[in-house]
Amino acid sequence: MPDTGDREKQTYWLDRPANVKRIIHVLFLLCAGLAALDLMLPRHSVFFFEAWPGFYAWFGFAACVGLVLAAKLIRRLLMRPEDYYD
Amino acid sequence: MIDAMTPAAIFFLGALLTPFLRTWPRRILLLIVPVIGLWQLFALSPVNAGYIDFLDYRLITLRIDTLSLVFGAIFHIAAFIVALYSLHVRDTMQHVAMLVTAGAAIGAVLAGDLITLFVFWELTAIASVFLIWARRTGRSYAAGMRYLLIQMGSGLLLLFGAIMLARETGSVEFRQMQLGSIATWAIFLGFGIKCAFPLLHNWLQDAYPEATVTGTVVLGSFTTKLAIYALARGFAGESLLIPIGALMTAFPIFYAVIENDLRRVLAYSLNNQLGFMVVGIGLGTEMAINGAVAHAVNNILFKGLLFMSIGAVLLRTGTAKGSELGGLYKSMPWTTAFCLVGAASISAFPLFAGFVSKGMILAAAADEGHWFVWLVLLFASAGVFHHSGIKIPYFAFFAHDRGIRCREAPLNMLAAMGITAALCILIGVYPAVLYGMLPYAVTYVPYTVDHVVSQMQLLLFSALAFTLLMRSGIYPPELRAANLDIDWIYRRMVPRYAVIIGRVYGAVAALISNAGNAMIRQVLNVVYQVHGPQGVLARTPPIGIALLWVAVLLAATLLLYYL
Repeated sequence: MPDTGDREKQTYWLDRPANVKRIIHVLFLLCAGLAALDLMLPRHSVFFFEAWPGFYAWFGFAACVGLVLAAKLIRRLLMRPEDYYD
Repeated sequence: MIDAMTPAAIFFLGALLTPFLRTWPRRILLLIVPVIGLWQLFALSPVNAGYIDFLDYRLITLRIDTLSLVFGAIFHIAAFIVALYSLHVRDTMQHVAMLVTAGAAIGAVLAGDLITLFVFWELTAIASVFLIWARRTGRSYAAGMRYLLIQMGSGLLLLFGAIMLARETGSVEFRQMQLGSIATWAIFLGFGIKCAFPLLHNWLQDAYPEATVTGTVVLGSFTTKLAIYALARGFAGESLLIPIGALMTAFPIFYAVIENDLRRVLAYSLNNQLGFMVVGIGLGTEMAINGAVAHAVNNILFKGLLFMSIGAVLLRTGTAKGSELGGLYKSMPWTTAFCLVGAASISAFPLFAGFVSKGMILAAAADEGHWFVWLVLLFASAGVFHHSGIKIPYFAFFAHDRGIRCREAPLNMLAAMGITAALCILIGVYPAVLYGMLPYAVTYVPYTVDHVVSQMQLLLFSALAFTLLMRSGIYPPELRAANLDIDWIYRRMVPRYAVIIGRVYGAVAALISNAGNAMIRQVLNVVYQVHGPQGVLARTPPIGIALLWVAVLLAATLLLYYL
């Protein structure tokens, strides 16, 4: 195991922006692949809306965007200085 | 009666011995106690034993059936893991508190009646508060006090309910109950506090992040899961639990997104995970109960793993705040890897633990036709991935490098995290190990093309959303802040208005006492008239009168005698 001195100088794979971009591109590809798979596979759905094309994909995306935007609004209402209770 | 000794007693014996041992002997003791306890648990199973006749009631201190066995077993495994995780700690108080908390939780799930349950229920609260106080700061002292008061309140409700129930039914046996009487409502509420129902939840997020590095892992493993067991035993199929649980899965994730202290993020996330279990218990079908129990077991593992990894970060860097951390994968690669396994497990990625248990609860909700609850759970699943799956590892170990260079976590911590990570993957890959322990036979098949594909779509498109929000700068930054929650009422509002409340109380009290004084004065006047110096009963009659009366009585007696 290198000691911390060596690590200071070491550059890591993730330090290069090109590699971060590469990861994001892989994510895009995976998402595209899953969306394509959705159209090809016959689905066994319990609820009718589950059968809508790409339901889970849209739902996941919309849920997260909605969650973050709502949380930003909530923050305005609820955020206080860190030492509020002290 | 050693052959029917509750495994809890082994933990208490261990706790008694702990202060007398140092270094390796103590470490061996801490590790061996859960092993002996687990062996004893399986050696006894199944059993109903330890009868104590108390007044008119029969207490069963040891009941091992399918439901208590699975909770008892996972509590032992958790006790072993937290013992390993805290081996490097040199603090007798924490080691003793850890053993007593684990033992009390085990004693509680093995209790066959409500009185025994109450005793262990309170003991978990009293023992575990020392894990908060062991941080030895003013903040942790205050947070511990609040925690203790609320936990004791939960226990008192349980005791009150148990006594009322005993009067109604003549039995204190802990079995399935129906909401309806004051007794069962009190018990339900007592369980609900410990289970962190909405509005009763805030002790959890308040206290857990204030505990020590190892203390938070202990707290997160036992207390709330004991409440899940109690609900599954007492209120399975109670439909009120479905909306309560659904609400629990949803509201904490908003807080988790904006919270800065990563251990507090995990506490909100724990609240959300409990919601899934509560929904499962409320549905009450065999698959739903199986799902709730399986998720409780998995949650102890992956939530423990996440608490352990962030605990290691806190130990090495001195902070667990997202705003201060970043880039730690360079210094703590192993901890990073274990955290990612925990993150994948709680997010329910295929091949990780959460996938095989959470799916059961969603499938059970769908089977029962609860489409709205199902959608809420799906939203919460995306939300879990968002804050526990991405936010926790991202802000601690990646994000932008803040130049923190520290050592990797101690070896014992890495070993504890490694074992837990291995268990998360084992259960994910080979769910039969978990399914074989569940209370009912499992018909659910987790690995279908549908389930895998739909789950991967949900997760990866959530990740896509996170990435786009992050790159576009819309994602809210981690800020040093406190966020108001329900604890504001008892931490700010009540103290702030205490003066006003005090004055109102004083005025009302004065009125009441004035009225009371007037009444008392009247009563005293009457008493004074009768008993006072001039009163009838206070006069000292001369001796002659007494003699006269004696003579009269004598005459009367004689007269009666002759008649």
